[in-house]
Amino acid sequence: MVAPVDTSAGGGGSAAPGRGPSRRSWTAWLVVAPFLAYVGTFLLYPTALVLAGAFQDDDGAFTLATLATLTEGVYLQAFLRSVQLSALTALLGAVLGALLSWAVASGKPEGVTRKVVLAASGVLAQFGGVPLAFAFLATVGFQGLVTRFLADTFGVDLFATGAWLFELPGLTLVYTFFQIPLMVIVFLPAVDGLRPQWREATESLGGSGWTYWRHVGGPILLPAFLGSALLLFANAFSAYATAAALVSQGSPIVPLQIRGFLTGEVLLGQENLGKALGLGMIVVVGVTMGLYALLQRRFARWQ
Amino acid sequence: MIHNRALRVVGAGAVALALVTACGAPPAKDGGNAASGGNAASAKSAADLGGMDKLVEEAKKEGALNVIALPPDWANYGEMIKAFGDKYGIEVKSDQPDASSQDEINAAERLKGSDRAPDVFDLGLNVAIANADKFAPYKVATWDDIPAELKDADGRHFADYGGFMSIGYDASKVPAPTSVKDLLKPEYKGKVALNGDPTQAGAAFSGVLMASLGNGGSADDIAPGVEFFKQLKAAGNFLPVDPTPATIESGQTPVVIDWDYTNAAQTAKLAGKLDWKTVVPQDAQVGAYYNQAVNVDAPHPAAARLWQEFVMSDEGQNIYLKGMSRPVRMDAMTAAGTVDTAAAAALPATGDKSVYQTQAQADKAKQALAATWAQAVG
Repeated sequence: MVAPVDTSAGGGGSAAPGRGPSRRSWTAWLVVAPFLAYVGTFLLYPTALVLAGAFQDDDGAFTLATLATLTEGVYLQAFLRSVQLSALTALLGAVLGALLSWAVASGKPEGVTRKVVLAASGVLAQFGGVPLAFAFLATVGFQGLVTRFLADTFGVDLFATGAWLFELPGLTLVYTFFQIPLMVIVFLPAVDGLRPQWREATESLGGSGWTYWRHVGGPILLPAFLGSALLLFANAFSAYATAAALVSQGSPIVPLQIRGFLTGEVLLGQENLGKALGLGMIVVVGVTMGLYALLQRRFARWQ
Repeated sequence: MIHNRALRVVGAGAVALALVTACGAPPAKDGGNAASGGNAASAKSAADLGGMDKLVEEAKKEGALNVIALPPDWANYGEMIKAFGDKYGIEVKSDQPDASSQDEINAAERLKGSDRAPDVFDLGLNVAIANADKFAPYKVATWDDIPAELKDADGRHFADYGGFMSIGYDASKVPAPTSVKDLLKPEYKGKVALNGDPTQAGAAFSGVLMASLGNGGSADDIAPGVEFFKQLKAAGNFLPVDPTPATIESGQTPVVIDWDYTNAAQTAKLAGKLDWKTVVPQDAQVGAYYNQAVNVDAPHPAAARLWQEFVMSDEGQNIYLKGMSRPVRMDAMTAAGTVDTAAAAALPATGDKSVYQTQAQADKAKQALAATWAQAVG
């Protein structure tokens, strides 16, 4: 059998030119089928439901009124608060996490500090939800250990200004707790990628520390930093369980408002408004992903 | 994004469960229907099946009952479930005890066709009225004792027990409140909790109505109640914590606005640890009833109907009463002399100026609340 000119880039593709590709694509589909079924069931189907519901009224007719409601009062505020909370905790997490990463990277590669920080980050980045909320309630809640210690020993009332732990300041504090370790996990590889030779080269050419960061280290780390910050933003924006366990009054952020529409027993028949809020969240996360993609493209040529 | 991982695990679990129940459901259903001949699912009263004895027989054949959203310390449901199970030898499977009324309906839709779907519901009036087409009409033997305004004419849902909005408090930490306005005093700083978000939880909604009545409002006007909570927050007295038995026991929520039967249940539970007392403010008596209904797709239709008969019998109604909730047949039972007088005497005192909101009034209040609550406490 005379093999035709093999135009495929990979050398491995010419093993069985006659029937290989079709069988391979068939088995490839088979292998990927569970994943597609999974994505279809838990991502595409729910997204389609949310999209459809957002444009329907209670009787199933098409309407834009539900979406228009989002621009009003409490819903708009919830979006603003959600974005504010996510942006603030992403910024705090990104800056503090980056500093921590840098500190770890400049230490000994096999040092104890590095091992401890990495292990702790791995655990703490996943330590969200009810356990985290409970941990904060038990330490700085109204009857928390730290609260009572401060009150009994120094006469300091942590809640003198109000129930901040159960409002946005509290959510910011609690979210930052899992944002910093996440930043360390996603950003440390980039910092590790900085070669000491670059610094030495800068210095031998007469550059200062500032020159190095301004012209070498900074530009190299910037895309990874911004990308990580966007990831942190999306992480906070979609977090639900932590806030749900902590805040039971007023539903300040979007995920909590959606909860109200789905499980509330007082105001009924507002599921579609909940779906419209969900659509709003999809848009925000979509924009975040778009920015991420743009960032990747912009900086790809540097790598 | 990281938190999606937990969701994925739940999702995978849900698929696994769906597969398991899909496999498990058919035999159970066939067995149940073959035994009962399918009569129980359409029976509108025990007489349709040939009397109580026949109903008991059918229910025993089914052998199980799925209930949902019945916390053991709420209206004495712990004892109710045990008494029913022991009396008829039926296994009662209690799912999601802390779920809301809307969760009950959601669960019924999600589990439709499986033998794990809830058989019976215990619902707030809003949810009962909104979902009446999902209930099988059934009239219990004691149907005539239920006041007409507290039952659906077709028997799809009817009141089972009720109570009054109350203030529960730790008597060792705060002075006894006598009116709603008392809670604004400095003695209650950082101590007053409401059971849930009133735009979501029925009990909290009635709590705001109670606050309204105590501040010059009426069943038609909930605004003074919202204003009261705004003042309560401004004074630093309002606790944005969802009270639970655990928060009460640990002292996090020393004052709790909730139904008198749930507050009273804490008194019994915490006896010896905390001096938990319950008061129904005389200037603001808000009453409401919960409602019983049978799932139209109940996997155990006979057991579901027998449960209705049981909770509405003298025995079942007295079990509610022992849990400090007020059984809907209380007047009839008092007249007939079948009421548990000791339990009746232990109820928190109420006067005769009680308010039961009509559906129209409630709808109006809900709209007002939706527009103003988040701003007031946010």
